[in-house]
Amino acid sequence: METFFGIDYPTLWYLVVGLLFSGYAILEGFDYGAGAWHLFFKKDLSRRIAINAIGPLWDANQVWLIIGGGALFAGFPVMYATMLSAMYIPFMLFLMLLVLRSAAIKFRSAEEMKWWRKTWDVIYFTSNILIAFLLGVVLGNILQGFEIGENFSYQGGIFFSFLNPYAIMVGLTTLSIFMTQGAIFLLLKTEGRLHARLTFLLKKGMIFFILSFAFTSFYTLIYLPGVTDNFKANPVFFILPILAFLAVANVPRLVSKKKYAPALVFSSLTMAFLLMLVAFQLYPVLLPSTIDPAHSVTIYNAASSQKSLGIMLTIVLIGAPLLAGYFLFLYKTFHGKVELDDTSY
Amino acid sequence: METEILARIQFAFTVAFHYIYPPLSIGIGLIMVIMEGLYLKTGNKHYEVLTRFWLKIFAITFGIGVATGIIMEFEFGTNWAVYSRYVGDIFGSALAAEGLFAFGLESAFLGVLIFGWNRVSPKVHFISAIGVFLGSMFSAVWIVVANSWQQTPAGYHIVGEGFNARAEVTDFWAMVFNPSSVDRIIHVWQGAFLAGAFLVLSVHAYYLLKGRYIEISKKAFKIALGVATVISLTQLVSGHSSADGVAENQPAKLAAMEGHYEPSAPADLYLFGWVDNQTQEVTGIKVPGGLSFLVHQDFEEPVTGLNAFPEEDRPSQVNAVFQFYHIMISIGMFLIGLTLYASYLWWKGTLFDKKWLLRIFAFSVLLPQIANQVGWFAAEMGRQPWIVYGHLRTSEGFSQEVSSNQILFSLILFLVVYTLLFLLFMYSLNKKIKQGPYDEAKNALEII
Repeated sequence: METFFGIDYPTLWYLVVGLLFSGYAILEGFDYGAGAWHLFFKKDLSRRIAINAIGPLWDANQVWLIIGGGALFAGFPVMYATMLSAMYIPFMLFLMLLVLRSAAIKFRSAEEMKWWRKTWDVIYFTSNILIAFLLGVVLGNILQGFEIGENFSYQGGIFFSFLNPYAIMVGLTTLSIFMTQGAIFLLLKTEGRLHARLTFLLKKGMIFFILSFAFTSFYTLIYLPGVTDNFKANPVFFILPILAFLAVANVPRLVSKKKYAPALVFSSLTMAFLLMLVAFQLYPVLLPSTIDPAHSVTIYNAASSQKSLGIMLTIVLIGAPLLAGYFLFLYKTFHGKVELDDTSY
Repeated sequence: METEILARIQFAFTVAFHYIYPPLSIGIGLIMVIMEGLYLKTGNKHYEVLTRFWLKIFAITFGIGVATGIIMEFEFGTNWAVYSRYVGDIFGSALAAEGLFAFGLESAFLGVLIFGWNRVSPKVHFISAIGVFLGSMFSAVWIVVANSWQQTPAGYHIVGEGFNARAEVTDFWAMVFNPSSVDRIIHVWQGAFLAGAFLVLSVHAYYLLKGRYIEISKKAFKIALGVATVISLTQLVSGHSSADGVAENQPAKLAAMEGHYEPSAPADLYLFGWVDNQTQEVTGIKVPGGLSFLVHQDFEEPVTGLNAFPEEDRPSQVNAVFQFYHIMISIGMFLIGLTLYASYLWWKGTLFDKKWLLRIFAFSVLLPQIANQVGWFAAEMGRQPWIVYGHLRTSEGFSQEVSSNQILFSLILFLVVYTLLFLLFMYSLNKKIKQGPYDEAKNALEII
């Protein structure tokens, strides 16, 4: 098997996919999170400001989902196909909600009528909450494993079996972390009364997050067998949960000092560390089989050919700096507080 | 069987709906870049007004294109799991390239393009417009490369057997430049330019008929007419080249397009007709030996017919392929005639004198859209029964673990949400057109 600095290609691609989904969680985390507070803002102007805070950014942030999905398809087609067809209903709901959310952003402020804006506000609020929740639900299902038989065939329930208690817990935790992220982001983008209201809301968000985070963590440690195996084998990686814990603890500290930009960095790091934790705990498995570990989807039996992975790693090496450049340009252009003008939503 | 049919209906519906928007945004993008370029070059305020106006319509179109496109990306995995495992190694690199090079470029610059008027200089704004336009062109490249590979696979080998069989890349560039890629990319691009140009023509023809925004509408109309005339002519060339490729690489598809059954006989070219798949006869108006002439430059030379292939290896919906293909051709020819005639009047200086002509332009916005749709239907139905030509059958490609009820559920969801989306799109397009590029009452003196 070919390697690069001693790391085999599937592992490298695993890192690429992990990086892309972390980027997606961090960036869309504040997008979805900001939207999940939407109905907590009472005035129409506040709602417009909140939407326009992500206005020029959300379409670009969404690209991380598109690239992440593409990278999964590209590098681990078996994982992509097995996970999506097994999680058919949650993914279809997720996609449909994404469409509704995009429509809400674009059309909400297009009309003055009260009923029009109210309807879109409800759609926007609900879709953001459900999207964040469903992402967590899918993650929760992956952590528990799927009923995968021979030849990667899914043998589990088809309609609502994805809504099990553990998945719901992970879903709520994801929602809470996104809401924290979203509120911090909005604090950076707003002023005056709305800003004051957000500091109040953020406190609630952090309590919601810490409670659900603690609950889910304990549940995972107690009820999911084998989650600590990889850590016991490589104790040096115990640094990941420690870092995650420190990042989590640092967010309320920075918020109380009104240092919102560093707080956003640390809440982003929280997500990154937690995802790394999950990734390391699973490695090299992508999708554990609950029927027989031999049927699990791993980065090796799911991977594309060495040749293909080599080509894609080259593409990433060329493309990643370009992408970083575009994002720097975009975020630099829209740095600072929201200012509404005639091009705003 | 039922699952397969539902999965196909769902894919056809979602992709056909999606395909209304990206071509439109590529086409409007081109016109918009020309308008903004002219504004920077001449400093004429009319071009700025036009750029801002078309940017608004572009933004809506682009947004729906992205939203419906994400669904396509994931639908491969949800509904076509076997196919995804089979082609992942090939599609992978194309998709990764598309994401990084095309989507990254277009969506990062999109924010600056739409919301950045007051934050960046006109030059940087223009560069952003070019960035978004090029990004949308690139994204067409990679997805068409992937689809062309399904039509004419190249640069790969098959590894494994039965359920575990899959295609793996052996030669990246041979895969990218497979026999049909280049022809089809150009054909798709030009179809997109026509879709955009005819929307611009239609809207400004409408204004001219209503006597509104006359000065700027004349300018916009001429830009779009220039693009439409050149492209509808070059589209004929690329269409012919594309058909030559089909003749060489997918003879069964070509035979279906003209309803040609005899295994080896001179083939006719139909202007229009009706195919009876039972009696294997075509009723219609034809040029005898015309297809033979187009393929071999000889009216007598035989062309491979459908009966040269076993029943299970050739398209079963021959009449549908025939009709879709012929509708596309007829529209293409009509657009050539229309734009050439209008250009002749432009040259004579009487372009805007004929109301009936403007009326035709106002309605002709639908034609490139229809041609784009039916062209894809002909290409995809003509490839049947294969999902990967010669290797994997459509009936083997769908997700075995997904039930027909699940697909029915999602299909209904799609129907509801997409209907809503389409109505919103039409409503807001209509509203923006009615509102016009500027407030006539307020700004009339300032601008004209």
